[in-house]
Amino acid sequence: MRTVFFRTLLDSAERNERINLVVGDLGFGVVEPFAAKFPKRFLNVGVAEQNMTGIAAGMALSGKIVFTYSIANFPTLRCLEQVRNDVCYHNADVKIVAVGGGFAYGSLGMTHHATEDLAIMRVLPRMVVVAPGDPIEAEHATRAIIGHPGPCYLRLGRAGERVVHRPDVSFQIGKAIVTRNGSDITLISTGGILETTLRVADRLAADGIQTRVLSMHTIKPLDSEAVLAAARETRAIVTLEEHSVLGGLGGAVAEILAESGMSNVTFKRLGLPSAFASCVGSQEYLRAVYGLSEDGILKSLKPVLDLVGS
Amino acid sequence: MGARKTGIGSDMQWSEALAKKIRCHVLKMTHRAKSAHVGTSLSMADLLAVLYGGVLRVDPSSPDWPDRDRFILSKGHGCASLYAVLAERGFFPLAWLDDFYQDGSHLAGHVTHTGVPGVDASTGALGHGLSIGCGMALAGQRDSQSYRVFTLLSDGECDEGSIWEAVLFAPHHRLDNLVAIVDYNKIQSLGTVKEVLDLDPLAVKWESFGWAVREIDGHNFGEIEDALTNLPIRTGQPSCVIAHTVKGKGVSAMENKLLWHYRSPDEEELRQALAELELSE
Repeated sequence: MRTVFFRTLLDSAERNERINLVVGDLGFGVVEPFAAKFPKRFLNVGVAEQNMTGIAAGMALSGKIVFTYSIANFPTLRCLEQVRNDVCYHNADVKIVAVGGGFAYGSLGMTHHATEDLAIMRVLPRMVVVAPGDPIEAEHATRAIIGHPGPCYLRLGRAGERVVHRPDVSFQIGKAIVTRNGSDITLISTGGILETTLRVADRLAADGIQTRVLSMHTIKPLDSEAVLAAARETRAIVTLEEHSVLGGLGGAVAEILAESGMSNVTFKRLGLPSAFASCVGSQEYLRAVYGLSEDGILKSLKPVLDLVGS
Repeated sequence: MGARKTGIGSDMQWSEALAKKIRCHVLKMTHRAKSAHVGTSLSMADLLAVLYGGVLRVDPSSPDWPDRDRFILSKGHGCASLYAVLAERGFFPLAWLDDFYQDGSHLAGHVTHTGVPGVDASTGALGHGLSIGCGMALAGQRDSQSYRVFTLLSDGECDEGSIWEAVLFAPHHRLDNLVAIVDYNKIQSLGTVKEVLDLDPLAVKWESFGWAVREIDGHNFGEIEDALTNLPIRTGQPSCVIAHTVKGKGVSAMENKLLWHYRSPDEEELRQALAELELSE
């Protein structure tokens, strides 16, 4: 996703001279083409995320579209008050990009696990929160947030995610992509766990369970229509995210369902517990530890399927 | 006073009269609102009077004029002074000052841009304004714009690490269109600056980070005007004006008293303060 993001940003910047890129001394090997091509629209502020975000707001208030870029929690949590006051309150045209959502930097340890970012960014007024599920979504999302005036948070994986969509897939901020149709249960996924979710759906289909898969690339504004349609048309809804089960996709969907008055749909959140990963491991390893591997998800789905009689 | 046009250069008598008006407004506003921060609003009044008395290129009839100088009050708790000077310059009606802090009014207790003409950035959490100013100054430099960016900081605010991120940044990028003014009144929330977290030697710190620094008496109109009309201090460097000021300046009962960081004047204190200001010429 990172590669696609930078390619798309570069391409967009060639046609839109308002686009600027501000980094906090990270992005070795990926930011150089932008810096070389647009030296007056590139800025490395050094290791100083609070300053990075305040500067981005100041540049945006001077007419620019400013991407801030760093990894994991650095462009969001380290400078949260700057994001809230300087960016969101001023409705500044700042696009915050974090690479390494979830356990993408698993082996680097808990400081580099972005596992609460969706929840925290989601509660900020005016902030649009997008977590693409594959490189195609990442490309569309990058273009979409450029076209959306105001604060946006783009949460990317890292590199090497498999392409699951066709390039011409219809992408719109706030509109889930129905990636598989089905009428038994619905799996709603956000971010890079989409590919695993689709493999789970295929396994369920092999057992005769018609599984709908929604790629919920936009956490805010959430596509409540798609959630409510799933609640009406299928018997269970399960959310999947490489993020705490508190306040992210699972929390957002729970809010919609709780207020919908639809009590006949079974609902389950799959994600990380509210805990710090205390073991060492790669993204794949940590996903498995927390039940987010293909087999782990299938195991968690078993009681749900029993309940709805599939 | 609202009729005065945008201008460069200033008229010292006019600025002094404006400063007195700011102080009278601040006292009435904090009295009515029973709000805090009267001391800090008074220490910066003379600086604002000179800035809005002619230094800043702004146009009250066109507050979003793209070529205007930007002013960011990073010490957002001193907003009573800023609101007063903006109203005096005609950015919005003087009557708005009467409702400062009140339910449903325009003016909140920390600087807010929403619905308030002339405010370039909302602040209130300390340590934000200089970074926003760096962004505006960098944009101006890169786009070859002529506007300048002024930020007014408090001394206590210089405890924030984010200030020093920005202090490090601006000289590296040779932002000589950026001016930081420190209202060095030597008193912060729970004690004197010396007691809480000593900043001295403050000028040496800014200088060593690469700023061109000038120290002035922040209540001497000649010094303020000379410093703020001869900018940048050195070409290719951001300018820092450390203004030595007195918290509560202009009201003898409030001067240099920690109490007046949070206290607001009651009826009698207001009467005495206004009488003192009227007498001072």
